[in-house]
Amino acid sequence: MEKTTNHKAWFLVLPVLFLVAFSAVIPLMTVVNYSIQDTFGNNKFFWAGLEWFSETLASERIHDALGRQILFSAIILAIEVPLGIFIALNMPKKGIWASVCLILMALPLLIPFNVVGTIWQIFGRVDIGLLGHTLEKIGIDYNYTSDAVDAWITVVVMDVWHWTSLVALLSYAGLQSIPEAYYQAAKIDQASRWSVFRFIELPKMQGVLLIAILLRFMDSFMIYTEPFVVTGGGPGNSTTFLSIDLVKMAIGQFDLGPAAAFSIIYFLVILLVSWVFYTVMTNLDKRERV
Amino acid sequence: MARITLSNLAHSYYPNPSAEEDYALKEMNHVWEDGKAYALLGSSGCGKTTLLNIISGLLKPSQGRVLFGDTDVTTQPTAERNIAQVFQFPVVYDTMTVRQNLAFPLKNRGSDAAYIARRVSEIAEMIGLEASLNRKARGLTADAKQKISLGRGMVREDVNAILFDEPLTVIDPHMKWELRTQLKSLHRQFGHTMIYVTHDQTEALTFADEVVVMYDGRVVQMGTPEELFETPEHTFVGYFIGSPGMNVIPARIEGDKAYVNGSHIQLGRGYGKLDGKVEIGIRPEFTTLSNSGGLPVNVRRVEDVGRHKIVRADFFGNDINIVAPEGVQITSDMNRVVFNPGKVNVYENDWRVNGEAA
Repeated sequence: MEKTTNHKAWFLVLPVLFLVAFSAVIPLMTVVNYSIQDTFGNNKFFWAGLEWFSETLASERIHDALGRQILFSAIILAIEVPLGIFIALNMPKKGIWASVCLILMALPLLIPFNVVGTIWQIFGRVDIGLLGHTLEKIGIDYNYTSDAVDAWITVVVMDVWHWTSLVALLSYAGLQSIPEAYYQAAKIDQASRWSVFRFIELPKMQGVLLIAILLRFMDSFMIYTEPFVVTGGGPGNSTTFLSIDLVKMAIGQFDLGPAAAFSIIYFLVILLVSWVFYTVMTNLDKRERV
Repeated sequence: MARITLSNLAHSYYPNPSAEEDYALKEMNHVWEDGKAYALLGSSGCGKTTLLNIISGLLKPSQGRVLFGDTDVTTQPTAERNIAQVFQFPVVYDTMTVRQNLAFPLKNRGSDAAYIARRVSEIAEMIGLEASLNRKARGLTADAKQKISLGRGMVREDVNAILFDEPLTVIDPHMKWELRTQLKSLHRQFGHTMIYVTHDQTEALTFADEVVVMYDGRVVQMGTPEELFETPEHTFVGYFIGSPGMNVIPARIEGDKAYVNGSHIQLGRGYGKLDGKVEIGIRPEFTTLSNSGGLPVNVRRVEDVGRHKIVRADFFGNDINIVAPEGVQITSDMNRVVFNPGKVNVYENDWRVNGEAA
């Protein structure tokens, strides 16, 4: 067959080109543009080179926020992954109760982020919130607006409440795909419950768990709305995570240059960590196959 | 090792079975003798796997009891029954090596390391996987995985019974033969009670001391291969065992004569009055095509299958198969069939009637 050459066909790509340009390329390049310039208003820009980048990398404020961010992601992963697996293991496998469980589990995932924040913001208030008030009545000193530890606990519990379902549902899907014969063979082989988990369920869940961990890592590392609504980053800076800090810098202080440099570094960090996660886990898988 | 007794056993997958059709396994009483090799034969969906899963405890029967020796194990969970079962499709522990897979049942029983190592190498040699003992099980072919499953089934020496649920389905034909021979020699060597489910009669007849034929949730006959061949207790056995199966022809019985369409066939025995659906059954091997005597048939086709010829014919509107020995010339004037009177069985509502000696 002879290949026809018609360069007019390129025009057909134009709509997509526009779409991608306006939705991704131009905003990203704007950020890059800001990150290497400085402005004093009136839309006048001056060349700044890599100054903002070196400033960001050296900034103690950002180091602190990064530390809090890593701690937060580590804590919620350490809670949500085992808890999600545990819930999935204990969910009914079929029948009406399986559907009921699935719906109940999916509910938190359907609530908009700022509503989740508002729910917990009110829930935890000492004067009118069910949780805060009850804790006070039974004599536990709890106040997320003034105590950093309480604020952390609130934000972590809120995230666990909101997102454990995702891990649980993914794990559940992984478990459902295990043929009954595996469990039967394990019974025949007189395997303990732990062995069944270790040698049948966990290996079969590996794929979905990888996705669950990646999703939860990326999401928690970029978390903004919920802690912002509940604590506003406080008390002090104790729950100011990277994105909260970024928004403060960009919109609060209107430091566009440093904020742009910050967001590019932020993006690269997430990309790097996700890549490391993915490579390590897929390599583990490959090594096992040999 | 133990004798397995099934008493008043029945199973239904419905929670409240009322009619007999609701039962996947109709009420049965059976004894599986210690140390014998049984083949459980039947078409798909006749309840073979259900029966096997009840014996191994994977399924709790709706009624009746299961006894190992004198111990009632009906309510015992599978793990406590110390029984081995190999499934139709391979089940391996992906993240373990072949060696760990084979050792797994022994480890779970807390056997000591030296014993485990010895048993694993014995089994590996038997299934021909010594070379890949240190490989991860997940990368292996379906063939090799099924061999691992077989190996795991046989690694424990003290099991009460080994149950095989069509274990050679995924194995290559030439390997099938070899593995079956190995299973057989293993049986001779260790004397485990073995129950081997299959729908392949060759597999059943070559493996087992005794063949149990199931049909529609019932055990219709339990016997040696010869018994199943010579005196099928149920028309299904006649049809299922043998190639081609037994000829079953509707007939009217009067004393020691069967009437088909007004012509009579001499029977070896005499029969009283029979009710319901009455049929005679005769194996193609016990019928002869001839040019004189007997009854008229319409030969439609002759198939040469090597050792003999199969004549497909029409006998008063019924399909009939006749086996002609190798070397016999079939000519166009051979249009009569002769039945061997001693080999004609009489069936009333599909069950064989034992007549009186004439």
